[in-house]
Amino acid sequence: MTTSRRQFFGQAAAVSAGVALSAPAVEALAAEPAPAGLVDVVFEVNGERQKLRLDPRVTLLDALREQLGLVGTKKGCDRGQCGACTVHVDDRRVLSCLTLTATLQGKEVTTIEGIADGDDLHPVQRAFIDHDGFQCGFCTSGQIMSAVKVVEEREVRTDDQIREAMSGNICRCGAYPNILEAIKQAKAGDR
Amino acid sequence: MHAFDYAAASTVRGALDLAGPGSAFLAGGTTLVDLMKLDVLTPDRVIDVNALPLKGIRLHDGALRIGALERMSDVAAHPVVRSVHPVISKALLLSASGQVRNMASIGGNLMQRTRCDYFRDVTSACNKRRPGSGCPALTGVNRNHAVLGTSDSCVATHASDVAVAFVALDAQVVLRSKDGDRVAPLEEFYRLPGSTPDRENVLGPGELIAEVVVPVLPWARHSTYLKIRDRQSYEFALTSVAAAVDVKRGVVQDVRLAAGGVAAKPWRLRAVEEALKGGVAIERTFAEAAESAVDGARPLAHNAFKTALLKRTIVRALLDAAGAR
Repeated sequence: MTTSRRQFFGQAAAVSAGVALSAPAVEALAAEPAPAGLVDVVFEVNGERQKLRLDPRVTLLDALREQLGLVGTKKGCDRGQCGACTVHVDDRRVLSCLTLTATLQGKEVTTIEGIADGDDLHPVQRAFIDHDGFQCGFCTSGQIMSAVKVVEEREVRTDDQIREAMSGNICRCGAYPNILEAIKQAKAGDR
Repeated sequence: MHAFDYAAASTVRGALDLAGPGSAFLAGGTTLVDLMKLDVLTPDRVIDVNALPLKGIRLHDGALRIGALERMSDVAAHPVVRSVHPVISKALLLSASGQVRNMASIGGNLMQRTRCDYFRDVTSACNKRRPGSGCPALTGVNRNHAVLGTSDSCVATHASDVAVAFVALDAQVVLRSKDGDRVAPLEEFYRLPGSTPDRENVLGPGELIAEVVVPVLPWARHSTYLKIRDRQSYEFALTSVAAAVDVKRGVVQDVRLAAGGVAAKPWRLRAVEEALKGGVAIERTFAEAAESAVDGARPLAHNAFKTALLKRTIVRALLDAAGAR
């Protein structure tokens, strides 16, 4: 039996985590009011209804990765400075590391896992591949989630305007020139 | 992060009823959640105010009125804001990043805390965070710190850009509590640090910013916000200037100026305004007037450059604003 790196770390964490910050997402639990110190949240992630009971400290980033298994959204700085955790909430790009999940009652969240149409990549994903818009790939989910919205912004046209609009997404490999080209391609296709 | 009780309020009254000592109002969370992660802020109750009806951007009674829960990006993009007071839009668009602007509210922006690294590091002393513990910035790394309005207790800058534009425009804030509403000029809403840098504004316990009111000033359509920083984007100001100027037949009729990045609070430059009025709108006049911007400045070991930089920022901003017609 093979165990992936992620499964291994997941199992190790389950063994070592004596005090978990988050309670499991169990539909039955939410039938009664949340016990003191926990909150129930019902929201949509990539079109699917989710019901979570959690500690109010849990950020959207941690809920996505730890409770919903959506690990495409990355934890870079975890302080709102790098953009690696960018997702869409109600169709706007935001930082999931500074968003408390408890505040998302009734909201719609889209992550990198939710933008392709089945096997057809989103045009921005396609453009990042076409232009090699990444090296290590750690910032890429956030870059793409940000870029999807920047492509839609009609007022952002010139190279400088694109760079400015994308300044909340840091790439430590320095793939910026290729990211810029990818966004220009996606914008051309979006016209 | 310390544990807290979370409560979402659906009415202003409900939010005010939930508030008390040790509670914090949560809007966009870009300051509060960040500082809670750093243990700088440790509220025992967090009151989510995002559902409150403190929204709307409108012209009413000769003033632009902005609901406290409007997001930075929505205010910046609003056609009325852009046509009546473009300096507000410019200041917002030079702030933070697209993601942060989508999250952060206008009220929260005015309540944001200083970026002083000693304030943000709980292992360090800080009179603002732990009154009486001392100010390491006085003798430590103080390149980003203030030169105006400082005290022996605190030399932190106020970090907001849009507050600088608001102060230049004589904006007021509507403060709501169980006792009703009161109105304060934003310039006086902020307190100077003196010996109590932990008290940053006049907001009472359980009081909320409900609205920002900016008087319409027809000639302020010719306005700009110039921000100087270490990198071109997604960075706080070393110096910044909000400028609006009314020039007729080459002579300055009226002018509004405020500076950011250099002072303990958004800094209105009244002496410079007075020196400019009636002067010929040319670079030399601007440069001479800008000299008085740094009267009383107290530079520190690493930030003396800010006095020269501020004067040059004023001159450039005035040239931009005067040429914007």
